[in-house]
Amino acid sequence: MSETILETKGLTKHYGGVHALEDADFILEKGEHVAIMGDNGAGKSTFVRQITGVEQRTRGTIVFDGTEVNFSGPLDAREAGIETVFQTLALADDLNVPDNLFLGREKTMFNWLGPFRILDYKTMREATLAGLEKTAVKIPNIRNTIANMSGGQRQCVAIARTATFASKLTIMDEPTAALGVQETAQVENIVRTLKEQGESLILVSHNMRQVFDLVDRIVVFRRGRIVANLNKDDTDGQDVVAYITGAKTGAEYEGAA
Amino acid sequence: MSDKSHGTGGLTFDKSKRQWPNELNVFGALILIIVIFEILGAIYVGQSLLFDSNNRFDSIFNEQRLRIIIIQVAIVGIIALGVTQVIITAGIDLSSGSVLGATAMIAMSFAQVSEVNGGPNPKAIFGPAFLDLPVVVPVMVGLGCGIIAGIVNGVLVAYSRIPPFIATLGMMLFARGVAQWWSKGNPVSFPTEAYSKIGAGMMPVIIFLSLAVLFHLIMNYTIYGKHTYAIGSNEAAARMSGINVPRHLVLVYAIAGMLAGLSAVILTSKNLTAQSGMGLSYELDAIAMAVIGGVSLFGGRGSIIGTVIGALIIGVITSGFTFLRLGAYYQEMVLGSIIVGAVALDQWQQQRAATRS
Ligand SMILES: Nc1ncnc2c1ncn2[C@@H]1O[C@H](COP(=O)(O)OP(=O)(O)O)[C@@H](O)[C@H]1O
Ligand SMILES: [Mg+2]
Repeated sequence: MSETILETKGLTKHYGGVHALEDADFILEKGEHVAIMGDNGAGKSTFVRQITGVEQRTRGTIVFDGTEVNFSGPLDAREAGIETVFQTLALADDLNVPDNLFLGREKTMFNWLGPFRILDYKTMREATLAGLEKTAVKIPNIRNTIANMSGGQRQCVAIARTATFASKLTIMDEPTAALGVQETAQVENIVRTLKEQGESLILVSHNMRQVFDLVDRIVVFRRGRIVANLNKDDTDGQDVVAYITGAKTGAEYEGAA
Repeated sequence: MSDKSHGTGGLTFDKSKRQWPNELNVFGALILIIVIFEILGAIYVGQSLLFDSNNRFDSIFNEQRLRIIIIQVAIVGIIALGVTQVIITAGIDLSSGSVLGATAMIAMSFAQVSEVNGGPNPKAIFGPAFLDLPVVVPVMVGLGCGIIAGIVNGVLVAYSRIPPFIATLGMMLFARGVAQWWSKGNPVSFPTEAYSKIGAGMMPVIIFLSLAVLFHLIMNYTIYGKHTYAIGSNEAAARMSGINVPRHLVLVYAIAGMLAGLSAVILTSKNLTAQSGMGLSYELDAIAMAVIGGVSLFGGRGSIIGTVIGALIIGVITSGFTFLRLGAYYQEMVLGSIIVGAVALDQWQQQRAATRS
């Protein structure tokens, strides 16, 4: 262990006058599962968007898998091995499960045909089934469009991308925020499966029980800054809430916020 | 939910969970409309619409009427194939009828013969160097005009973010202006013999159906088709997935323009003349074919097969009203109602899907 998969130094994002993210120093080891917690507007999603190349950071460095990276877009990040399940689902309702998993990186044949190259449906279907099997995601029929699937099933489809593409880092931004109890349990099962498989994970969540169930470490954001970095075993729910609300600030972050 | 659909990994192609293809509904509507006309025909004119009730043909069908039905929808149908793709991206193309008009004038000018009845061609647009050209020239000019108009539409929509309705409305007015300006309102006539063969007889139908098959395959089995559906379904997701959305949109509009240009070539060849008013309101007929065929104006849903059936529905209704000896105004009232009904149905389905998830 103890090989770093992701490290950010001084990661900062300003939207005009809004300092959404300020000087975030963050480290994730290989195979580690870390939760990011914090109030609404604390900058959690902003942090995720900078790492995944969805937006361009104001300043700071990102080192991923040993090399400093400057992703120009989400596809770049994905090709480097970062799979993201965004808070707003990036799925196309009118496409089926394999089409969604492979959107933007379809397997094709006869590539000399350019934009009219032929889709290799068989390979994509098989990879999808393998990915779903790995994560134990249950989908009635992968050839149906996802329009009629439940929120949980869609979320699972989004998560199954991770398993399908053998990524190095999975990021989930509030994956269960909109889900019912049973669907949440299903997603949590997938997260456990990923842990067993040694997958590195960042989980943004508001759900204290879930966080304590699933992760090794908790990082707390407040007003765009990281205010605590807690080992799960050295802390409890009350303690974490104190950091989230600002009643407490981690010793090493004193003076920052 | 059954156990079967909840096994580990859900590795099922559970047939009971297969979706019902919308094209079957549209096809059902076509059959229903035919049945209605057959019944009305039997009651009011004592004849069958599609079947050979007078034993004039060898087959059981009234081949003459079938041929008329399909020829009259073929040329607009070719436009509808492109419009279908545009609508699937959640766009619209109002310019295709006018682009047809402008392209008709321009392409025909490169298709003229030098001699008519022993004298020089009285309608010649260009000097002798541009007469009696090989047939590929006007065809290429026609396709080229359509592609250029389509690229302009696509660039306006994709890069300057002008709403498709406005961008293509502008092109609609502009292209009609070009058509009228081209020969100051005079028709362009007397094409070469080779050119006049392009749209002769059943050629429009053959071209329409071949292109329908081609684009059906493209929309279902190529990356172009997949991305077209993805953009219409969720443009943000398509962008996030790394699809070059603007470039793809330009390609879609260019193909739609090319098909409008091709229709111009076929129509002028068939009529042996080009007039500045050609293609008037064809864009609306093409949109109607797509919408009746189940193509959703919200984007993401619909198919080439649906549009072809939609075209046949319009063909059957048009012929059916003539056959019942009813005025064209009834036909337009019915068509208008069907279009609104089709969109209302789509809206309803969309809402139902939204509330369920
Ligand atoms: N695109 C944007 N433009 C301007 N302000 C933004 C933008 N995105 C986020 N913000 C602001 O940045 C702050 C952090 O937002 P966000 O990262 O979404 O918080 P969280 O995910 O922790 O709830 C909020 O104050 C939010 O209003
Ligand atoms: Mg957020």
